Amino acid sequence: MTDQRPYDEDPTGTFFNRVQTYEAGVFPNTETYHFPKSCLHCEDPPCVPVCPTGASYKRVDNGVVLVDYDKCIGCKYCSWACPYGAREIDEKSRVMKKCTLCVDRITDTSLPESERKPACVLACPTSARLFGDIHDPNSNVSVAIREEGGYPLQPEWGTKPANHYLPRRKTRIQIHEDELVRADNPLKKEELPSLPDGGETLDDVAW
Amino acid sequence: MQDPTKHTDSETGRVEIKETTCYMCACRCGIRVTLRDGEVRHIEGNPNHPLNKGVICAKGSSGIMKQYSPARLARPLLRKSGAERGSSEFEEISWEKAFGLVEERLNKIRAEDPKKFALFTGRDQMQALTGLFAKQFGTPNYAAHGGLCSVNMAAGLIYTIGGSFWEFGGPDLERSKLFVMIGTVEDHHSNPMKIALADFKRRGGRFISINPIRTGYSAIADEWVPIKPGTDGAMLLAIIRELIHQGLYDRDFLIKYTNSAELVVDDPKRDDHGLFRRFEMHIEAGCFDPENKLWWDRELDREISTHTPGTDPRLLGSFELEDGTPVKPAFQLLKERVEEYTPEWAEDITGIPADTIRRLSYEMGVVARDQKIELPIQWTDSWGNDHESVTGNPVSFHAMRGLAAHSNGFQTIRALGILMTILGTIDRPGGFRHKAPFPRPIPPCPKPPKGPEGVQPNTPLDGMPLGWPSKPDDLFVDEAGEAVRLDKAFSWEYPLSVHGLMHNAITNAWRGDPYKIDTLLLFMANMAWNSSMNTENVRNMLKDKDENGEYKIPFVIVADAFQSETIAFADLVLPDTTYLERHDAMSMLDRPISEFDGPVDSVRIPVLPPRGECKPFQEVLIELGSRLGLPAFVKEDGSRKFRDYPDFVTNYQTSPGSGIGFLAGWRGKGGEKFLKGEPNPRQWEMYQKNGCFYHYKLPKSYQYMRNWNQGYLEWARAHSMTRYVEPITLHLYSEVLQRFRLAAQGKLPGKQPPQRLRKRVIDNFDPLPFYTAPLEHKLIDSQKYQISALTQRPMAMYHSWDSQNAWLRQIHTHNYLFVNPKLGEANGFGDGDWIWVESPTNKVRCMARFSEAVEPGTVWTWNAIGKAAGAWGLSSKANESQKGFLLNHLIAEELPPCEAGEHISNSDPVTGQAAWFDVRVRVYPAGPQEPQVTSPQFKPQKSVPGQDVKRGKWQAFFAGKFRRKSGIR
Repeated sequence: MTDQRPYDEDPTGTFFNRVQTYEAGVFPNTETYHFPKSCLHCEDPPCVPVCPTGASYKRVDNGVVLVDYDKCIGCKYCSWACPYGAREIDEKSRVMKKCTLCVDRITDTSLPESERKPACVLACPTSARLFGDIHDPNSNVSVAIREEGGYPLQPEWGTKPANHYLPRRKTRIQIHEDELVRADNPLKKEELPSLPDGGETLDDVAW
Repeated sequence: MQDPTKHTDSETGRVEIKETTCYMCACRCGIRVTLRDGEVRHIEGNPNHPLNKGVICAKGSSGIMKQYSPARLARPLLRKSGAERGSSEFEEISWEKAFGLVEERLNKIRAEDPKKFALFTGRDQMQALTGLFAKQFGTPNYAAHGGLCSVNMAAGLIYTIGGSFWEFGGPDLERSKLFVMIGTVEDHHSNPMKIALADFKRRGGRFISINPIRTGYSAIADEWVPIKPGTDGAMLLAIIRELIHQGLYDRDFLIKYTNSAELVVDDPKRDDHGLFRRFEMHIEAGCFDPENKLWWDRELDREISTHTPGTDPRLLGSFELEDGTPVKPAFQLLKERVEEYTPEWAEDITGIPADTIRRLSYEMGVVARDQKIELPIQWTDSWGNDHESVTGNPVSFHAMRGLAAHSNGFQTIRALGILMTILGTIDRPGGFRHKAPFPRPIPPCPKPPKGPEGVQPNTPLDGMPLGWPSKPDDLFVDEAGEAVRLDKAFSWEYPLSVHGLMHNAITNAWRGDPYKIDTLLLFMANMAWNSSMNTENVRNMLKDKDENGEYKIPFVIVADAFQSETIAFADLVLPDTTYLERHDAMSMLDRPISEFDGPVDSVRIPVLPPRGECKPFQEVLIELGSRLGLPAFVKEDGSRKFRDYPDFVTNYQTSPGSGIGFLAGWRGKGGEKFLKGEPNPRQWEMYQKNGCFYHYKLPKSYQYMRNWNQGYLEWARAHSMTRYVEPITLHLYSEVLQRFRLAAQGKLPGKQPPQRLRKRVIDNFDPLPFYTAPLEHKLIDSQKYQISALTQRPMAMYHSWDSQNAWLRQIHTHNYLFVNPKLGEANGFGDGDWIWVESPTNKVRCMARFSEAVEPGTVWTWNAIGKAAGAWGLSSKANESQKGFLLNHLIAEELPPCEAGEHISNSDPVTGQAAWFDVRVRVYPAGPQEPQVTSPQFKPQKSVPGQDVKRGKWQAFFAGKFRRKSGIR
């Protein structure tokens, strides 16, 4: 990974996973979205067939989409083909780079199984990123996609991304007016005993 | 290319894995550092660490670049003779020469007048040591950055519930159902907060964020309630009013565990007006809250001793004692206080619709009442009652600087503490829970010295440099009632300034008010930039000279790891190490990382050797303490007591044989004891084996209701965490504040405020919370300056530390001023335009960015990014200085002259908390001919000897080869 002008003006570099922030709506009905954008490891990745050298490839064993840096000539065809903008050229080594799904890590049997996950999944404080086999209907990710309404980005491209996104969830509380006051309202405890005011009663006037 | 699945990373080079504690921000997550051939390969979260459970953020994993930053200092530096301060002209000197210079200077000061030495530190996490050094030296002029940061949050809640947020306690999101976050951004406890928030939302919890801006945590809130800055108190008081009106308060909790039912003398003519009515009884020496107070018994219709078994007191009403004294329960006084604070009243002030305020109150009140939690945990309260279960009301809160950094912040936070209290959520499941060593007495026991006699030549300070006043006689003032400290903490100007006022130290020293000092030692505090308010002027003060041509602040020593803006203003620079190169102790004596279920502390153990001649600041203090013969650092014969900092941590005890030291874990000769025990020579080793932390899990029955949990309090006493086994009754009504008010009214014998401050103390030391507009707003042209200007910390950066980081600065290279489009359009500028932001103090030029996620009366920017040209190892053309800007230039460190004085700090009048969020500005377009760079600009700061500033256009990090290849020393 190369950094360009690391300590000078307009520093830049190659990112595997840019997190973009968007606003939606008009004040005060505003939502703020943080949108992580890494390679989606498509089932039918458009970046692969356009590669003139075969550097861009999809692994047969686990479906991870990778770039073979020894074959890449930096022509950028693949980044033009990718509808998600997931690929970035390394301007120094002139090869295309992208998220590898930490393929070395997830297949490294010398690591404990709990750590055989992409670094971004391990790092994420809100566990917003899930990792699993979407071909296994019982995996955590398949369950999440099925039950929580997971969706692929831009399905009209027919790329069939492996990575799905989960929609936002909102929790609301409904309070009915008649739930506000209960019989054991503590204010009742503070009421002073109301004493007769000494005025006339039926006992005084009726016989 | 090799198949990446066919080999593992651990096969390349010599791989080592070491555990330590992160310090890319103040969270203190556990990290696992993998080294290859002696360089950091990667940094991961430690999955076994209680704080972060394996999580790591962008900052944490980019710690690698901190090691190799061109901003790093490498050698002690002395300002060149003849070079002006600020010109950044230095010569390299040896540590021996540096120590010699400091020793000579400090020896003289200590023998003549120790208060001429001032030590102020930034976000250092070693206040136990820096404070000890100051006390041993004998100077009261010590503080860390707390007065600038969030002391209102600490003081406001500790003076109310005996604990506070972040290190001291927090929301129990594991069991909470409704969570309300107020005035908090990407902020402290950020990784643990994110972990807990995500789990909370997955469990179906409802998260409401109240904030002028929707960023950071608020992005995932179920509801965002925009509020005008500085008005949170009005909202909180209106919510309290609604809850009381609806009877949505936890009566049982209020009676048993707070002073709500206790009877307050209600006769303004009497000298004891507003104090609790107390009866004669034997009081143990030092007891902090004797239970000699009264309730009104509803059955007998007369006064009765509090907590009399079988008694049900009145919370509301007005009564007359047998001796004719008119009294009211504290809760009645609260009810009367909030009567006028209707939601409609609050709508005008806060900008939150009255219906929303009402709905928020009902959500809180009904969830607390109807979704009660009951855990099968037996416990015994302070009055000997056995309880079969622990119950809780699952509404929780978290708040930070949005409340704290205003001059009305203390009372606002008192209101928050009271709201949490009347909902019955203190140290109960689903509500707020304490973290050891909290809860502590209200207020905690340590006190500052009582007067000038507490400062004597060649003698340690008589008292703590920072403490917790409980009455006017605890103030640190002279016979005229004026300040003894340089920053005027613990004077009548800011009586409860429990973290000091670092933000006024330079201005006061420059002016010589209350006196001139000789030497100012700054550690990790960027006072010539983002750690000061009114920064441009503070920079001038640092280099200002008197009529004799001498610097007004004669000698400035700066200890830091990086070439900050402040380095340029140093006479002597002491190069510190990074966090990966040193030992540290996150001590129970300072701010440990405890969890709800028990005390936790942690350490750092070096994973890399120090760069160049860098020396950890702790070692500098141990060395100086030994050379100066400070009693804690030398043996009786005056010889050096501790070999180095690790040796100090192992063997130092707070007093001979106390068994209390910097680390709580594995004490005792063989490591068999905890919290208290004799020094263990293998303690560091034991921490290292355990991932660099120690976690003691309390038995379940000691994990809740700790203010009044007899078992817990006895345990805490037995392990020397507290001095008393008394219940810590919550101060819904603050008699502590009333004592200061009575003194200012001339009704209390003892220390009296100077005349000019009487009204200020009477107004602000209200025993019940109230709302008033921030001080500065009443003293400036509020028609001209109507817009609030705020800062927030970006997720990827911490304070000023990270613009030097080659990876993090690719995420944020400069900041914008975020403006609601309506505000921009009304002021004649568009998205991306260059604009001026002007306050009564100064003005800055910057770029505007339109945002719908900010309320239209507020503008804001990311702090941490804008830098002075040439500082932090960056090129003088770097975006940070050319397009980035610092909002601090606009913020006054002092108020305009007012009744209270000519030079009163722009701070909370109770605590001295810097009121940086009070700043009001106006915004207007920059002229078309103006240069498109931010203003003010400063002459580019020169790099200093020892910095590796020659870096190419490209940098590719490859662990094990990087330093050699890049020519980094």
